[in-house]
Amino acid sequence: MTRKAGIAVLVALLAAFPFAAGEFYVNLASQVFIFAIFAASINLLLGYGGLPSLGHASYLGVAAYASALLTLKAGLANWAAAPLALIGTTLMACFFGLIALRATGLGFLMLTLALSQVLWGTAYRWIALTEGDNGLRGINRPAPFGVSLDDASHFYYFALAVTLLALWLMARFVASPFGAALRGTRDQPRRMAALGHDVWMVRWLTFVYAGFWGAVSGLLFVYYHKYIHPISLSLANSAEGLLAVIAGGSGTLAGPVVGAAIVMILKNYVSAYVERWNMLLGFVFVAIVVFMPEGVVPGLKRLWQRSRSRA
Amino acid sequence: MQFWAIQTLNSLALGGLLFLLSAGFSLIFGLMRIANLTHGALFMVGAYLGATLLRWVPNLWIVALLSGLIVAAFGFLLEKFILEKLKGNVFSQVLVTLGFAYIIADFCLVTWGGDPIPIPTPPSLQQPLRVAGLAFPAFRLAVVGIAVLAAIVLYLFIERTRIGAMIRAGVDDMEMARAVGIPVRRLFSIVFCLGAGLAGAGGVIGGPIMSAYPGLDADMLPLALIVVILGGVGSLVGAFVGSFITAFVYTFGVALFPQLAYVILFLPMIFVIAFRPRGLFGKFAA
Repeated sequence: MTRKAGIAVLVALLAAFPFAAGEFYVNLASQVFIFAIFAASINLLLGYGGLPSLGHASYLGVAAYASALLTLKAGLANWAAAPLALIGTTLMACFFGLIALRATGLGFLMLTLALSQVLWGTAYRWIALTEGDNGLRGINRPAPFGVSLDDASHFYYFALAVTLLALWLMARFVASPFGAALRGTRDQPRRMAALGHDVWMVRWLTFVYAGFWGAVSGLLFVYYHKYIHPISLSLANSAEGLLAVIAGGSGTLAGPVVGAAIVMILKNYVSAYVERWNMLLGFVFVAIVVFMPEGVVPGLKRLWQRSRSRA
Repeated sequence: MQFWAIQTLNSLALGGLLFLLSAGFSLIFGLMRIANLTHGALFMVGAYLGATLLRWVPNLWIVALLSGLIVAAFGFLLEKFILEKLKGNVFSQVLVTLGFAYIIADFCLVTWGGDPIPIPTPPSLQQPLRVAGLAFPAFRLAVVGIAVLAAIVLYLFIERTRIGAMIRAGVDDMEMARAVGIPVRRLFSIVFCLGAGLAGAGGVIGGPIMSAYPGLDADMLPLALIVVILGGVGSLVGAFVGSFITAFVYTFGVALFPQLAYVILFLPMIFVIAFRPRGLFGKFAA
């Protein structure tokens, strides 16, 4: 079976899913889609750029807050608020990139973390704007072409369409000559500089692009929940995204999607039975890093190739 | 006048606590090249342990010492049995410390519950000190004194002892240090224990000011990060100066512009990053 046929079958199965599954699972799938975009955007930085961002919740959270504030406080319609939120968040990524890319490696990790904690703390404290710990309520989902997205399966198709578009565009980005240059800056930054590539610019453009897709996931996030709380800007949220990338396999296209599904399903099931999600998150983190550092997708791929070569 | 005097003292006390927290963070980062993201959680667990130990041992300073030792022992186990297994892979080590930060935070929530636990001020320090018509809380002055004392002891340890010289060598040039036969592995253990213990003791000493509550870890970790970004990695002087700058900016930010305190906190950081990415006293960029 060719790759294209496989993808077509998968998309057909996903399109048929709401007919077969109950509302709980349809909603869970929508959350997986949103989280998959978020994880895939982190993967652009971590997997293809070698830049470990621990502050990616900034883009999700700021886009979500911007959309919520523009509709609730400025009275804009969703179709007008969405592009403004995306542009604003992308501009913020431009600025944050200037700061965070003064360093690479762990310095980059610390700077992205510190920047996102500043936003998180501000969202908690700037009560006049964000309502602090109460969060913002009363957000409406958009109604593209007059179709209300309040229905679970309508929202599912909307999220599926956006996710497929996002993943396709990110895959194109990675496969492009620019993506090749990006992987070059990850593996051999000095050689790339010697070849005449502007390593910093490659990284910065990727940072901005990843910030943009983080913002897209933030819009879907706020439409889905119709509510936004500072916790979506927290370190925990960035860490869950990073965990999804690592669990699935960083530097692969399918990895973040698989990882997002694992993390979301785990989170929803566990929080339904016990309250110890954070402890489990910690243990999953440790277990994956210690026992499965390459992630699920590369691990399974290796097993598959081994079984084929044996046959 | 009283406002400025009190806020200045609050800044100094917070700066002292931040130094206890970030000195270890900075030394660990300088030597092992890892950002120990459990550091906020170690501070918090230190505070909770202190609150519990105070029921049996009524002296805050002894409790701080005990709590520091317990947290240092935990740090030893974490370094020995987990971080060492991942040696050479810095990114994995950082992720493991992040995982443990969540485990510790949730453990505290299970064990001590969601309500803040106050830690009483020692009775001998409850009377404010009156100077020139202004009242100063005596305990905060004591915290500043302890931080300065800790800074001097640490400075002498790093600058004047054999182990300190080895640590400096490791921070400056790890490969050369190994090549001349310095037992770098053992230094990792020592520095990690020391850092964890300082954070744990700091949690108890900060207890009467901030008490022990869920989320204390998330409040302290960004401050430690900013201190180290400002002061520079692996430098005690940097951690000291960075702590007090951060504490002043944060305390006056909260007092004057409570809603934007975190944005103001961010300004000195941007300034340093823009003009001196390795921090004020850092030897290399993180």
